This record gives sequence, C-alpha cells and structure tokens, in this order.
Amino acid sequence: MQLILCPHCGPREETEFCYGGEAGVPYPDDPSVLDDEQWARFVFVRANPKGAFTERWSHAAGCRRWFTAVRDTRTHRFLDVESIGASQPPTTPRR
Amino acid sequence: MTRIDGYGHALDRTRTSTVTVNGRRYTGHPGDTLASVLLAHDVGAIGTGVKYGRPRGITAAWTEDPTGLVQIEEPFPEPMLLASTVEITEGLVARGVNGQGRLAQVPDHARYDRRHTHCDVFVVGAGPAGLTAARRAARDGSSVVLVDDRPTPGGTLTGTERIDGKPALAFVDDVVAELAAHPDVTHLQRTTAFGHYDDGFVLALERRTDHLGSEAPAGRSRQRVHRIRAARIVLATGAIERPVVFEDNDRPGVMLASAARDLLHRHGVLAGRDVVVATTTDSAYAAALDLAAAGARVQVLDARAEVPPSWADRCAAAGVAVTAGTTVRGTVGEHRVHGVLVGDDRAEMPCDLLLVSGGWTPTSHLVSHVGGTLAYDEALGAFVPGEQLAGVDVVGAAKGTFGLAAALREAGGDDAPTAPEEPSTPSLVVWRTDGDPSRQFVDIARDATVADVARAVGAGMTHPEHVKRYTTIGTAHDQGKTSGMLAAGIIAELTGRPITALSPTTFRPPFTPVGFAALAGCQRGELFDPVRTTAIHDRHVRAGAEFEDVGQWRRPRYYPQPGEDMTAAVLRECVAVRTRVGIMDGSALGKIDVQGPDAAVLLDHLYTNLMSSLKVGRVRYGVMCGHDGMVVDDGTVLRLAEDRFLVTTTTGNAAHVLDSMEEWLQTEWPHLRIRLTSVTEHWSVFAVVGPRSRAVIARAFPGLNVSNAGFGFMTWQDTGLDGVDVRLARISFSGELAYEVNVASWYASALWDHLVAAGEPEGITRYGTETMHVLRAEKGFPIIGQDTDGTVSPHDLGIGWAVSTKKADFVGKRSFARAVNHDPMRKQLVSLLPTDATTKLPEGSQIVAWCDDGALPPPPVPMLGHVTSSYLSAELGRPFALALVTGGRERIGEVVGVPVGTALVPARIGGSVLVDPEGARRDG
Ligand SMILES: [Zn+2]
Repeated sequence: MQLILCPHCGPREETEFCYGGEAGVPYPDDPSVLDDEQWARFVFVRANPKGAFTERWSHAAGCRRWFTAVRDTRTHRFLDVESIGASQPPTTPRR
Repeated sequence: MTRIDGYGHALDRTRTSTVTVNGRRYTGHPGDTLASVLLAHDVGAIGTGVKYGRPRGITAAWTEDPTGLVQIEEPFPEPMLLASTVEITEGLVARGVNGQGRLAQVPDHARYDRRHTHCDVFVVGAGPAGLTAARRAARDGSSVVLVDDRPTPGGTLTGTERIDGKPALAFVDDVVAELAAHPDVTHLQRTTAFGHYDDGFVLALERRTDHLGSEAPAGRSRQRVHRIRAARIVLATGAIERPVVFEDNDRPGVMLASAARDLLHRHGVLAGRDVVVATTTDSAYAAALDLAAAGARVQVLDARAEVPPSWADRCAAAGVAVTAGTTVRGTVGEHRVHGVLVGDDRAEMPCDLLLVSGGWTPTSHLVSHVGGTLAYDEALGAFVPGEQLAGVDVVGAAKGTFGLAAALREAGGDDAPTAPEEPSTPSLVVWRTDGDPSRQFVDIARDATVADVARAVGAGMTHPEHVKRYTTIGTAHDQGKTSGMLAAGIIAELTGRPITALSPTTFRPPFTPVGFAALAGCQRGELFDPVRTTAIHDRHVRAGAEFEDVGQWRRPRYYPQPGEDMTAAVLRECVAVRTRVGIMDGSALGKIDVQGPDAAVLLDHLYTNLMSSLKVGRVRYGVMCGHDGMVVDDGTVLRLAEDRFLVTTTTGNAAHVLDSMEEWLQTEWPHLRIRLTSVTEHWSVFAVVGPRSRAVIARAFPGLNVSNAGFGFMTWQDTGLDGVDVRLARISFSGELAYEVNVASWYASALWDHLVAAGEPEGITRYGTETMHVLRAEKGFPIIGQDTDGTVSPHDLGIGWAVSTKKADFVGKRSFARAVNHDPMRKQLVSLLPTDATTKLPEGSQIVAWCDDGALPPPPVPMLGHVTSSYLSAELGRPFALALVTGGRERIGEVVGVPVGTALVPARIGGSVLVDPEGARRDG
C-alpha cells in the first residue's frame, strides 16, 4: 500500500485516491470542427509510456481535490505532484 | 518417553496439560507445542502425504515444517496447522492431516480486530540481531515496534551461547526489560509480520488467546491484524535450515538438525536415541554434540572431504563418530526411519533419527514481498537480499551474515553486544545425492519429486516460476520455505545452467497462512459492507416489507400481506397504484445541490438537454452521457433559484455523478463559481402516486392549491406542515398523477405517518421497488444500468427528445454526429409481448429470428438482442418485457424467438410504451 503525496493533505494511503488518466488532454475548444478521427482520438486514445507519465489523480476519500502527478509507470513511484490550476490557464466554456 | 531433565527452558514443568491427537491422549507442559508433546512420546507418523499417501511426521520445529500438519478439532475446528507451531492447552483435540484439511462447518464466534500503528523503526524478529537492532533504535530515541512470531524472544538461541559475557538467555531477558522500560517501544511476541508493502507498510498477525486456553480473558480478540507504517524497517528474520534431497527423504524420523536441537533446549525433548547427522556445513555439529550430551548415540556424516579440526576434536571428546566425504543415499523403515543407506555402496546404518543439514537459506520473504531482488551467494549456496531497498535494512542471518558475533556487530552499531568468535569452515553446496529420482522428494508438502522437476525441465521449462507452476513446488502451506532453494539448485543441475542465471520465485504474502476471519476483523455480518437505510426504515420493517439491496441501500421491494408471495403482492400493489393511490419511499434517490452563479453553465454542459432555460419552480427530466455519447445516468432537475438546482440521480450512481461534476469543475473549468453538495441523506422523498393522489395531497396539506392549473406537471412548490418546510414536485415515474413529497430527513417519520393517515380514506397502499419497476416499464421508462449497458445512446432508448439541438455543445454531442450513431440497425429499446400471453421471458434472454418450426436452429444463430426487463403486468393481464433489439423500431409488429430453456418462445415486438401511450393519466 503505497503512499501518495496529496498537494493539499500530505502523504496518504493509495486507497484514498482515484485515478483520472493522462493529464493535459483538455476538452476540445470546439468539438464540432473536429473530424471523426480527431474526435475519436480525444475520446479513446491516451499515451501509455514506459517511464514518467503525467496523470491526474483525485484525493477522492480525502479532500476530494484533483491534482496532477508525474508517476514512473515502471515503479509506480511518484516523481512530482502539483495542484490543478497552479500553472495552466483556464479554458473558456462554450455556450 | 524421551523428556530429558535439565533441558526445556520454554516449559513450565510444575503444570501439565493433556491433549488428544489421533484419538490418543498425551500429557505435556505449558510451553510445549503439539510437535514437542508427540515427539516426547516417540510418535513418528501423524498423517499422510497429499498425493501418494505416504506417512508424514515432524520435520522441523517451526513454520518451515513441510510435513507436520494437523487438523484441530477442539476448541475450534481449523484445518492444516503445523503441529510445530500449535501451543498446547488443556483439552486440545487434533488429528493428523491425511491429504487435505477440512474447513470448520460451524460459525466462528471468536473476535478478531485490527490496530493501526505508526512508528520510526519497525523490527521484525526478536532473535539476537533483532533485539540488538531494537535496543539500538530505542536508545536513539526512536519509537519502535518489535514483533516476533515465536512465543518467546531469542530466536534460534538455545541458551548455550554467551553474549556480553553472560548466558544468552540472560542477555535476552535484559534487552527485553530495557525495551519494556521505553515508553515508545512496543514489543509483541506471537506476532508474525506476514506481508511487507510499499513505503514502510507491514501487516502483522498477533495471536492473542489460543495459547491461554480456558484462561483467556473474556472479550479479548483471538487474533489481531496490526497495520504498521514505519519510517524505517529492520528485517532480522534469520535463516531457515534446508535439507539435502535423497531417496525416501520423506520418511518420518528425518528432521532438520536445527529442529532437534531446538526441541531439546526449548522443550527438553530428545527426538531420537540413535541419531545419524548428515551435514554439509558446520552448524549441524552443535546439534550432534548437544544431542550426545543429552544421552543420544550420535554419528556424523560430513559430505565435505575433511572434517573441520575444531569439530573433530570436540566430537572425539564427546564420543561422537565422524565420517568425512560421505552422504546419505536413502532411508529404510516403515512408518519411521529404522536406518539410513550411506555412501556409494548404500551401506545400511541403523538409527531412529536422521538429522539433515544442507546449509541455511536467509529468510528473505519480506524483502521479496516489496520488490527487493535476491542474489545468489556461491559460498552459502543460497539467495540473499540483493540491492538495498530504501528504508529497509536487513541484518544478521537474514542478510547471510551467519555467526552470532558477526550478526550482533551488524545489528548493533557502536554499542553492539559481543559474542565469542566461532571458527567456520566453508560449506559444501549439495542439492541432492544419487538415487531414484521418483523417490527423492524436493517439496515433501506437495509430494513433488526430482522426477517431477525433470519432467518439467524435459517439457521445456527452465525458469523456477514455470517449474513451480508445473510441479506445484513451493505452493503448499509452507510456501517452499525449505524446498524453494533446493528446487532452484536442482533445476540448475538438470538444465546445466549456472544457478546464478536463475532468478528465484517471487515470495508473496502471507509469510505464513492467515485466516480469513483475521483479515476480515470486525467487518463481518452487518459490518462487512455498510448498509444504508432510509430515515423511515423502521416503518418498512413494521409494515412487513421484503427488502432488496440497491448498491449499498436496502430498499423495500414489496410489502406482502399474509399468504402472499412476491408475484401476488406486486400485482396487488400495481393495481392499487394504477386504480387508487400508492406511496413509496424514494429517499435512496441520489440528490446533488448545485449552487452558484455559473450553475446553469455546468448543467447545460453535462446534460444532453437545456437546463439554463428551465424556469425557477419547474422540473426537467435530464439525461447524462459520456464523451462517447452513451447514456450514463438520468434523473430530474429542479430549479430552486436562478443560481441553484437540485439534481437527482439514480440510486446506485449518485457518487459517480457527483464525482464527474467535480472533475469538470476542478480540471476543465476551475473558474466556474459553483459549489456541489451531496444532499442524498438530508432529504427524504416519498412518492404519492395514482389517480387519487390529488385527494391525498389535498388532505395532507390543506392550504395547498393542488388543482392541475395551480400545481402543474413538472413543477414544484414549497409548503409547510406544522412549521416544517415541505417541498412537493409533480414528477411521475409511472405515468400516473403523482407527487414527490420532500422533507428534511429529521421529520421523515412524521411526514410518512401523516401521508399514510391522509391516504387511508383513499385506501393508500405502500409499494416497493419491484412495483415501481413494473409501472415504469409499462411506460417504457428505462432504468440506466438495467436497460442500458454503456453502449446505448438516448436515441436508442427512444428519448432523443431529451437531446438538445439548440446547444452548441454538451458532453457526448460530437459523438452523436458520427455515422454509426445514425445506423438504423443499432439496438433500440422496444417492448416484447410473448404471443402465448403466459410466458415471462427471463431477463438476459437472447433474441433470435423466429423459426416456423418453433425450434432453435443449430449454431451459429445470429443474435438480434436481449431482454433487459421482464415482468407480469396487472394492467395488461399478461407478462411483458423490454428488450434491446437490432433495428427494433423498424421491426415493430414482427415476431421474434426467445430461447427459454429448450423451447423457443415467440414474442411480438411493440413500441416501448404499453400503458397509456397518449399520456392521458399524468394529470389525473
Ligand atoms: Zn487531499
């Protein structure tokens, strides 16, 4: 049972966390301009590297906040964690 | 009787206990194990082997024993424990295991619990190295937890050694006393660290009562699982002696040399009178000399070409004959050893005990559990811990540091205790001697022989992991503690590859078997998984409800009257709702309070339909899809204020919907000003449903305008009752006139009683989830997760009207534009009416084309879809079903076949709405 460093709460047991897949795959600005293949890429295709992988995690059974983490997929070691919104500019919702 | 006076430091000889094994009574002392009592009475065989039924006795004195299995009958049945690890208590009844053990057929009423501990240093093993490491950490001011699986500390110390100039056991007592005086030290015996996980996490099992027998304090948990998180871990787990493989090495009376020594010093038991010691290493000489001193006739066969001089001298002085360059090739005897076959000419040498030592294998299980590598040490003939793991130190024999003085130095640092240096001569690594491979047992617990390993290698398997699975070596109760290293060595020999090229099999938790009861702890029965009940659960119980589990919720399914089965009760409830009025507890419905100036923006994006246009005071049905355009949830949305919505979800999906809302808010649109709160538990919801529901609501809330003009369909109103706020909404899941009555859960009981009383003149009938399901199915309302499976779009369900064409975007919209989404041959939700009007189609049944001969053709038969819901309808007077059918809406009117048992049942496809398709009933 490994410890994961929540940027808000500190180290907590992994069972408190939920995995959110690859980070940095923003919802497209305007899905209607994408062709079927581009849209399918957004919906279904994610990177699966051997080594450092930037992912989203949620401290679901703790502060319930999402954060970004860099994890080594070979060892499961977390190399870095960062709270969401610390560096990325918000995207504008479309109406 | 072979109990020797002056030995047995673990025994309390002033008291006796009587146990029964295989129907015979034996008397021993507190401090004895079942094994020591049996050996004290010269018992050889106690059970039989798993595959060949050959006799099995006791081979080792602790958890490494591959053979001495017993079934405990009293005080509580337990299968496959080791006689060597069972401490005796008065009245214990056991039986040797013949082949396999037997699980208890009675409930286990003992208590099991769990404790969480955090510490600076966690030490496994209270032998000399572990005690020294714990003392060192305690003196440094660290918080320390020290565990050891034996009843008493000291590890393999026999009491004959000297540490810091005093007898070894006095040293042990002193260290234990010093540790006990530290407030931050926890020292637990009878506690096995059975699993080691990432970041300093260890699970340990403490056995707390069995050894106390009838004197165990009432209420004390029998076993406790310790969950320990430590900044640093010291593994002082010692080493396990391994045998050498020879012909008929499984016969009772063959034992590890260290076991005989341990039995003598700990329990005062001399395991044989006429002893042959076959060794490849120095340590067995100590056993030989100790047994000789206790009165046995002892001969030593050393596989090495020369006998180490210091041992030769001591043996000569003790009258112990030593032969060099000789190995054992086999044993003779029936149910126990009567002699050994020695050397190339297989000369028979009579004896009643054969002690074997092929060297020592470091106990590195806890290193391996957490991903640590092991490396082969040529001199030791064993795998030892490889590169150091972060935060984990291995000390003493566990690291391959044999010899008391060296182990103490390694564990103790600057104030390490001292012990006399013993000269040591290199061991000879011998895995097996010449003989018939089919009678040379590698893993005695599994009855797996050298011939089995040869077969595995002959079949092309060269990796120990593969051979393990082919031969089952290492998969018994002992997990190959004595056989794993032998198997690796023999594989190397048979494949002609160097053993350094082999990696050993990975050790996995648990180190020793752990009962499921211990792992479950207090989480049994009602506490196994929390049961959620609504605020008026007691009302349902009193009304005689039968319940069903929906996720973690326990909801009333139906309310049988005397003599009614479920079918009769549900038909009665359905009639009552469709003709008069019924009341149902809908409190388990998921509810999310969405507040903030941007609330409508989020809901517009997450629901397929438009929520921002919803007026305050109104209710809208909404559908949620994934990015792939498939339905994930549905429910109603009440607009409570410009900046506030109450969203309901399906009962089982509430947490998931809240999570996905949170995810959007935090990761995609963190600038939106919205707060989400789960209010599922806060609000109780009662549905009052049926043509007479208006009269009931009017009586219950006299001030309320209940006319259709004053309180229209899909609107909500706040009212009060005796000063308590009540919210009503005209929402119908049955097609009938209906009101959902919401109140803070604190007042739920009072409101329920009030509604039931108000409904009495109308004959109000309680109904449960089963009736709710029938009524909604009659109207073609899908249940997400029952009528859908993650591949179903709103259009497939016939609720395309709930998909906005006005919004620029929402989750799933882009997927609806894909060509495959417009394929007319997609599976669509339709009704199915079995044409015989009597067969209730089993849910999950496949649907195939109808064949005129009424028989299912031979395979392959193309599948057209499957039945998703199926009920008896009181309204229709017949069974009906909902189904997902390929091109279903195009097929309306067609007859298809549904295989039920061996028959093919014809059923006609219809539109999904079977009752009141015009919707005439919803306004009463
Ligand atoms: Zn947190």
